[in-house]
Amino acid sequence: MELTSQIGGSVTDGLAYLGGLASLVGRAAYFTFVAPFRGKPLRLPRAVSQAMQVGVRALPILSLITFFIGLILALQSAYELRRLGALNFVANAVAISVTRELGPLITAIVVIGRSGSAFAAEIGTMKVSEEIDALETMAIQPVDFLVTPKFLAMIVMLPCLTIWANSMGILGGALFGVAQADFTWTRYIQASLDALFLRDIVTGLVKSVMFGITITAVGCYEGLITGAGAEQVGRSTTRAVVVSIFLVILVDLVFTTLFFFMSGR
Amino acid sequence: MVQTAQQAETMISLRNLRVSYGDREILHGISFDVMRSETLVILGGSGSGKSTLLRTLVGLEKPSSGEIWLRGKDLAAISRQEMDEIRRKIGMSFQGGALFGSMTVGENVALPLREHTKLEDSTIEIIVRLKLDQVGLAGFENYMPSQLSGGMKKRAAVARALAMDPEILFFDEPSAGLDPIIAAGVDQLILELKKAFHMTIIVVTHELASAFLIADRMVLIDKGKVVAIGPAEEMRSSTHPRVRQFLDRVAEPEVAQELDYLQMLTEITRPDR
Repeated sequence: MELTSQIGGSVTDGLAYLGGLASLVGRAAYFTFVAPFRGKPLRLPRAVSQAMQVGVRALPILSLITFFIGLILALQSAYELRRLGALNFVANAVAISVTRELGPLITAIVVIGRSGSAFAAEIGTMKVSEEIDALETMAIQPVDFLVTPKFLAMIVMLPCLTIWANSMGILGGALFGVAQADFTWTRYIQASLDALFLRDIVTGLVKSVMFGITITAVGCYEGLITGAGAEQVGRSTTRAVVVSIFLVILVDLVFTTLFFFMSGR
Repeated sequence: MVQTAQQAETMISLRNLRVSYGDREILHGISFDVMRSETLVILGGSGSGKSTLLRTLVGLEKPSSGEIWLRGKDLAAISRQEMDEIRRKIGMSFQGGALFGSMTVGENVALPLREHTKLEDSTIEIIVRLKLDQVGLAGFENYMPSQLSGGMKKRAAVARALAMDPEILFFDEPSAGLDPIIAAGVDQLILELKKAFHMTIIVVTHELASAFLIADRMVLIDKGKVVAIGPAEEMRSSTHPRVRQFLDRVAEPEVAQELDYLQMLTEITRPDR
């Protein structure tokens, strides 16, 4: 009986959490899409500076990581393809895996580590030092002021970062192709492009937007519900990262399944 | 000084206010009035409910029952938009200052102006300089909050609260964490605001020296109820046992029973929201 009630409790807590996230996304959507027509400013300067932080500053580390991922993918695929005498399909394998799955996913994970945690820490610290309360007493909505610019920035930046990540992944594979599989750089890239359908890239980008929404929602939500004290900020930040990773994978599963049934091939 | 009809106006009116956090009722039926241009000090110990009372007055907590009439509206029954309109006319200075760490002092003070008015940047800059000057922080516009001392942070917070020329000013523990000299400076600032602007000022504190210096009237809150209310001098010479215990700094009797200790602890701890 104990176990059942524990499971039941966890499920209801989980659903309540998702409800809180959805409510936050809904309010941010209101401030992004509805409020501007009612006279409230859209906060573009703040969104732009967030976009710099979330996107542009992530490029170096993201490039390195996805380059290596591309290289790893090539090595792993080559391992099997070589046995089948089909080593020239390395370009296809890497291109498809990267654009459909690993590009968006690894980008999301890097962004979680950099920005998801930062959102939770920033907003959590503000909560603990009563800055959120101060905003409310000044008749400024915290969701409008703090969260909406972050959503805007992430929704724009994540697809951009994913495109960059896809390119770096293919380049990583190209390194292997040129070094071990008798490709030239141009032939490898041509082979990659030939292997790709528009659908591969588009599904990856759609997923990246959904990841962006998830990461922002969890990071900001955890920040806003932080308890009192510095230790709680640490907890919120940790939870933001862990929950984001889990939810991103879940969203990935949902959309990959969706795209599978939509393709009907 | 001639008492005009305007000076006798009631700014805030509490009727049987009850506030709960979840199942726990913190305020058990509070009733009193605040008159225009008076400085009311809300005194109380830890766990008395004074912070909850202040938070409810500025709309950060919703009453579970009762009425709060502020500027003609019952806070217990209004919408968010109406509350926001009221908030443009009040200012609050939080315990730690609650300045936004990512903005300069000047940007902090300018924020309500940028959000709620369509004033030109140059006009806003002038207003910011004026407000900072009023609190004794002239020239500190470009400092970051982390570069300020505790007393200066409080002053900056007051400047920000004054930005929209509020009718009512709220202070949450203005002297908390400050050494006596700096705390006296903050008291002086409150007195100057009183004299210059005839603002209605509500201060929550447990610092008795400050309280007697700045208060016109005081109200003592204990365990969620109003214990005593009256002009400062009357309170000073009150014979009510709880008032005397608070003013004379008499410690609580030794708590020997475990359950009593537990109750004391849970009344002092603020639950998470």
